[in-house]
Amino acid sequence: MTQTADGPGPAQDEAAWVAALRAGEEQAFEKLVRAYSGRMLAVARRMLQNESDAQDAVQEAFLSSFRAIDRFQGGSRLSTWLHRIVVNAALMKLRSRQRRPEDPIEELLPKFLEDGHPVRPAVEWKESAQSALERAELRAAVRTSIDRLPESYRTVLLLRDIEELDTQETARLLELSPNAVKIRLHRARQALRGLLDSHLREAPG
Amino acid sequence: MTCRELVEFLLDYLEEALPGAQREEFEHHLQACPPCLAYLETYKRTVQLGKTVCAEPEGPIPDDVPERLVQAILASRRKSV
Repeated sequence: MTQTADGPGPAQDEAAWVAALRAGEEQAFEKLVRAYSGRMLAVARRMLQNESDAQDAVQEAFLSSFRAIDRFQGGSRLSTWLHRIVVNAALMKLRSRQRRPEDPIEELLPKFLEDGHPVRPAVEWKESAQSALERAELRAAVRTSIDRLPESYRTVLLLRDIEELDTQETARLLELSPNAVKIRLHRARQALRGLLDSHLREAPG
Repeated sequence: MTCRELVEFLLDYLEEALPGAQREEFEHHLQACPPCLAYLETYKRTVQLGKTVCAEPEGPIPDDVPERLVQAILASRRKSV
């Protein structure tokens, strides 16, 4: 049903590609690397914030995928499969490298008075998310703000909100308790919200 | 429930993990407190903005990968076979 007059559909193309990878065809591997290394590098850069570590993670991810191609289940897309592999490779890299001292996240969290009222009450943001995204500077601000989060919080935010892993899976990958994942996610979101606030707050008057 | 407590319970509220009585208190506070409502809305928008921005490629992807990296990956595969 997916077959078109022009030839096999993408799923069939992919099946043939996987067969060529399993047969060890050099060209199929090169095609895989050229097709997916860009987006894999983007994922690794976001998690590792270091070009050389990101490139290492991508290289390690491809090596794992070459070794595991026989176990690739046709049910998922190659892109999805590779994505998971590079996320894992980046996490391994994060774990193996020297932990850098982090700035405390408290500075970025909302502050409250003794009576429980906020020091700086929140106000609505001015644009809908859709039109706001049309502003390149806001997109850049979102990226920069995520990068500013302390690593242990940023990693949880990326896995939960961006990679859309659930709490249990994130806890397993990071060797944390599910409750610790929830606490870090909430703080990371609050900190990110605080960083974006000045870009989106309604101008006074 | 104070504003501070509301912010503390926000994630549980959104994940529908707040017990019934607390949820009622949460919603009751929300109805009477515009800054907390604004906080909730902007918190949700933050999550949405992060998702949307990170889902987009940052630039012309294929040009962004150093050829040296592509060759290193292919070479390391040849070595490992």
